[in-house]
Amino acid sequence: MILFWVLAVIAVASALTVILHRNVVYCALALVVALLQVALMFAALDAHLIALLQVIVYAGAIVVLFLFVIMLLSLERDAPHPGRFGARAASIAVTVALAVELGVAALVSEPGAPAPPPADFGSARMVAERLFTVHLLPFELTSILLLVAMVGAVVMARRRA
Amino acid sequence: MVDLIISVALALVALVICLQVTVLLLWIERKGSALIQDRVGADRANLFGGLLPFNLGIVNTLMADPLKLLTKEDIVPAAADRLLHWLAPWLAVFPLFLTFAVVPFGDVLVVGRREINLQAVELSGGILFVLAMVSLGVYGVIVGGWASNSRYAFLGGVRGSAQMISYEIAMGLALVSVALTYGTLDLQEIARAQGRLMWGVVPAWGIFYQPIAFVLLFIAGIAESKRAPFDLPEAESELVAGFQTEYSGSKMSMFMMSDFIEVAIVAAITTTFFFGGWQVPYLYRDGFHLPGGLSVAVPSLVVTVLQIVSFFVKVFVFCWIQILIRWSLPRLRYDQLMAFGWKKLLPVGLANVTVSALLVLLLDGWTRT
Amino acid sequence: MQAPVNHYLVLAAILFAIGVFGVLLRRNVIVMLMSVELMLNAVNVTFVALARKGLAVDGQVIVFFVMTVAAAEVAIGLAIILAVFAQRRTVNADEIGLLRW
Repeated sequence: MILFWVLAVIAVASALTVILHRNVVYCALALVVALLQVALMFAALDAHLIALLQVIVYAGAIVVLFLFVIMLLSLERDAPHPGRFGARAASIAVTVALAVELGVAALVSEPGAPAPPPADFGSARMVAERLFTVHLLPFELTSILLLVAMVGAVVMARRRA
Repeated sequence: MVDLIISVALALVALVICLQVTVLLLWIERKGSALIQDRVGADRANLFGGLLPFNLGIVNTLMADPLKLLTKEDIVPAAADRLLHWLAPWLAVFPLFLTFAVVPFGDVLVVGRREINLQAVELSGGILFVLAMVSLGVYGVIVGGWASNSRYAFLGGVRGSAQMISYEIAMGLALVSVALTYGTLDLQEIARAQGRLMWGVVPAWGIFYQPIAFVLLFIAGIAESKRAPFDLPEAESELVAGFQTEYSGSKMSMFMMSDFIEVAIVAAITTTFFFGGWQVPYLYRDGFHLPGGLSVAVPSLVVTVLQIVSFFVKVFVFCWIQILIRWSLPRLRYDQLMAFGWKKLLPVGLANVTVSALLVLLLDGWTRT
Repeated sequence: MQAPVNHYLVLAAILFAIGVFGVLLRRNVIVMLMSVELMLNAVNVTFVALARKGLAVDGQVIVFFVMTVAAAEVAIGLAIILAVFAQRRTVNADEIGLLRW
């Protein structure tokens, strides 16, 4: 329980830093912190394989990509949204409405602690069993998607050279 | 409650091992490189200002070096980002400390009726945890290079991180074939599975099942730690010190520490996956069972100590091999380095995974016979 | 003691809302992309929490796919940003709005 509150506070604080800070590099590092908190949340929810994959893929590769682009383009300073006062108020209103709606939707479901899971719930073995039997087709399609993404990135990088 | 104490004790042991191995490696590197280069090495530091008639060579690196580094002035460039400049050494060192948490340094320690598994954290996804920590190690380099606000440092940082993420892939593929071979991701299980005997004589160490993966993992590990011949990011003759240029004093010592810890980690995971970890050939929990039929009963505490000693001996052998490689081979140029990682190691890794998967499928659990 | 799953669902909702706010508020395309990543992670937390509640591993399998797709999307998105930057010398969303000139 304490773990949950610690994770929640740090996650929300770092998420707010991501969207509010002026220095884009700090935003990226705050994103890493937020992603690591999400990984810990996965671990607390007995999703051990997904927690480790989150660290490897998200925190360890995706944000590194972000940092490369930020640093190569030397884009540190970014003035926050300057004007259009109505737009800022509208976005705050939309966000609060969304948060309240989602929160209520979450809270009307049955409260209380969940049932204890089987011993290796969320381990690599269990996820792999579902992944390679029931969800085999999406798995193969995802590999094709990754191939397409790789080819696309190489093409876009090459065209300017 | 007792479980908590045991866990904390194991974690502290892992941390202490990490730090001590680092310090010892500093000395071994100094004296080892001197040996290879046919010179004496550092031998000037002295205890008590020369009152003692002898000079313990080890004084230099075990005491003088760290003291010198820690007492130097900590210079931060004026235009540097102070927070990131302070943060980068911690980012470099922390994931490496954590990796030692899953390395098993012994089988079990039997205390009373309790069997303590000699591994700081028992993670069922151990291999993935190692990969995750290696992935997180990139941040120290990127942030360190960026925070110094200096061209050499930045270039070294970008080169270093690009190199690290490229060789992560080769390392990942080697680890995938290891996981395929043993059918588990837990390092302690893999170490235990290497205790069997093939054909009754040869210990079933991973090197016999996955020799290519061993070569791949070792090379990728050396490249990950940015040691020679892959040390262009900190190329001493070209980029001054690469991403570490603007660091001095204790921050520099943390970067150096991360270098040596990574040497120890590569050695530790290589021994765990390919050389039996803590296994001593023919030694089981109750004693020696030699192939000729001879059995020698050994008390369990002695067994545990022998296994721990064998683990450290193997780790030091591989550390020594890495030091040898560093001081023997010339440096790879950056494009050669990237070409080697992507065009040579990656296809070999993929082919290895495919062949291993085929063999596992056809021989139906070949390591479990 | 395990926190009730509803707590995680509410937390995911808050993270999602923060992500939305980021996309609406910031004009730097890279930070907008980072906010999208926040939203995706919030969705992942929801999936995993519900998987834990219903004791169905399928929720975690979906998260696996979401992570993969997000990685592909970030790679392409950043490649596009690099190409746009080469042309326009800016990553401010207000200034890349016009397809021509």
